Amino acid sequence: MSAPRTLYDKIWDDHVVDQSEDGTCLLYIDRHLVHEVTSPQAFEGLRMTHRKVRAPEKTIAVPDHNVPTTAGRDTHIDNEESRIQVEALDKNAKDFGVVYYPVSDVRQGIVHIVGPEQGWTLPGMTVVCGDSHTATHGAFGALAHGIGTSEVEHVLATQTLIQKKSKNMKVEITGSLRPGVTAKDITLSVIGATGTAGGTGHVIEYCGQAIRELSMEGRMTVCNMAIEGGARAGLIAPDEKTFAYVMGRPHAPKGATWEAALAYWKTLFTDDGAHFDKVVTLRGEDIAPVVTWGTSPEDVLPITGVVPAAEDFHGGKVEAAQRSLDYMGLKPGTKLTDIKIDTVFIGSCTNGRIEDLRAAAAVLKGKHIAPGVRAMVVPGSGLVRAQAEEEGLAQIFIDAGMEWRLAGCSMCLAMNPDQLSPGERCAATSNRNFEGRQGRGGRTHLLSPAMAAAAAITGHLTDVREMMGEDA
Amino acid sequence: MEKFTKVTGVAAPMPLVNIDTDMIIPKQFLKTIARTGLGKNLFDEMRYTLDGAEIPGFVLNQPAYRHAEIIVAGENFGCGSSREHAPWALLDFGIRCVISTSFADIFFNNCFKNGILPIALPKEAVDVLMEDARKGANARITVDLEGQTVTTSDGQSFAFDVDQFKKHCLLNGLDDIGLTLEKAKSIDSYEAKAELQRPWV
Repeated sequence: MSAPRTLYDKIWDDHVVDQSEDGTCLLYIDRHLVHEVTSPQAFEGLRMTHRKVRAPEKTIAVPDHNVPTTAGRDTHIDNEESRIQVEALDKNAKDFGVVYYPVSDVRQGIVHIVGPEQGWTLPGMTVVCGDSHTATHGAFGALAHGIGTSEVEHVLATQTLIQKKSKNMKVEITGSLRPGVTAKDITLSVIGATGTAGGTGHVIEYCGQAIRELSMEGRMTVCNMAIEGGARAGLIAPDEKTFAYVMGRPHAPKGATWEAALAYWKTLFTDDGAHFDKVVTLRGEDIAPVVTWGTSPEDVLPITGVVPAAEDFHGGKVEAAQRSLDYMGLKPGTKLTDIKIDTVFIGSCTNGRIEDLRAAAAVLKGKHIAPGVRAMVVPGSGLVRAQAEEEGLAQIFIDAGMEWRLAGCSMCLAMNPDQLSPGERCAATSNRNFEGRQGRGGRTHLLSPAMAAAAAITGHLTDVREMMGEDA
Repeated sequence: MEKFTKVTGVAAPMPLVNIDTDMIIPKQFLKTIARTGLGKNLFDEMRYTLDGAEIPGFVLNQPAYRHAEIIVAGENFGCGSSREHAPWALLDFGIRCVISTSFADIFFNNCFKNGILPIALPKEAVDVLMEDARKGANARITVDLEGQTVTTSDGQSFAFDVDQFKKHCLLNGLDDIGLTLEKAKSIDSYEAKAELQRPWV
């Protein structure tokens, strides 16, 4: 009998094309997702070397980073550089014959939302994209990670990647989450506990009851931020929820092939006794709704906390914490719930799915956002947008005084016109609070969609549990 | 890709931890469709004021470091976004080597694809190199990839580890894609086998 293997081991083993003596492998890539920002130089490289895309039917392209989220964008994009990048993707997709969802297509959206939605992402696959949040697809038990543009070119030309195997790390969340606590709070709390380099060199498998109890949307939120914990990828073993989500999607297998796929997918779990190089365990009951106070995703605290002082840290983090406090304009000792916000952003590949919009709408229903607050809801795809409109969520946002936008990455990274001004403070459901991430000088507090909705209503960071009543 | 064999140059000290790729090259410069020309915007928001004037305190604006070829950095350098624009910007500025206690995975890989050598060393070694870098233009650090050593201006030497395949590619300026295409038959046979085993892919 073979030695017990982790889920990561199994997927890896099934994709090794070639292995060198030093352990360097050629790994086969089942799905290659492409967007407009990290691909132009790769396609250009192919042209210069007269190479083709090896598997255009496994290559899925969609513009998302640059696209405006306002009406009229399918006919004209004002920013010239953005327009050129989107037009370059239009042309590259056509010239090289890859699957493409242009801006005008209702299925267009953030690449990491479109992939699962269309059934391109399936359990046991290898999925890459020139984008670090490719980790999202790990929620399906797919080995998914971000790559650079040179690697994008390599995958386009060869459908493989040169890789060395990472180590195995287990993150277990035991028990159940308390009311008001969400997948976003799990993933931020893990990063808070392990640091942004805690997962470096590892692939994380998330497991435990609290993970099992999450929906597929929630699992995607957890895996999405594996990269913020430094991990190459995040994985969750597929189960009935996964299969139910996948079934019937446009590119999911059907009929007898479905049955064969299902039989294989059911083998995708970590064997008893498999070795993990690192194990982190958190109790679900201990996780509170959290927010970030600084400029690193590891700067996480329960909403009931206070802004720390630089001296609370040690080593190189003292200087970094002081720099964060200065940048964020925060005084140590300030209650997090006393931090006033100017803007709310609900969206991104972390929290731009239907369940996220439902969670925000549940808090916002019948309420209005605070005077002076600007709030923007950006669905993760055209289909999420359509569904939210059908469910009446869009009207809740509009009635609350929020902007209801078209799909895209938007203010998560502010490559399109959705940006913060210097000093503007934002409660954001996205994934990075880096300096300048949402616009130069902009100040970002990361939190869950429900917490973002609560902040929009009060105008300051707020414990959503206080809006839910005792037994909510 | 330009070969990397040995570099002797000024090293800029950047002790801040968690320097992310948004800092290295902010998003507004990702709209290019070329690989070159990003050096002037390297560390843009740390380097220039809103109206484009240089911030004198920033290390690469100081006379001693304007032509730095090496950066000695705090831990977890290059975390965050996968943007290869980060190593492109470093290279375009003239940086050929970054030394730190640790790097984020994707950035680390991206460096090797662009003729930049990222070196991870224990904290004690990085501390010594950081002090050396602080001496300015008169202290030149030597990085020898063949011998796998970093040597301070006063001759103190540290050995470093490097993946042998990546070393080979850097020393010879090899194109990964060309190397992989030599294995096209293996890819063909893998695909044929996978088509039978997992026809839904």
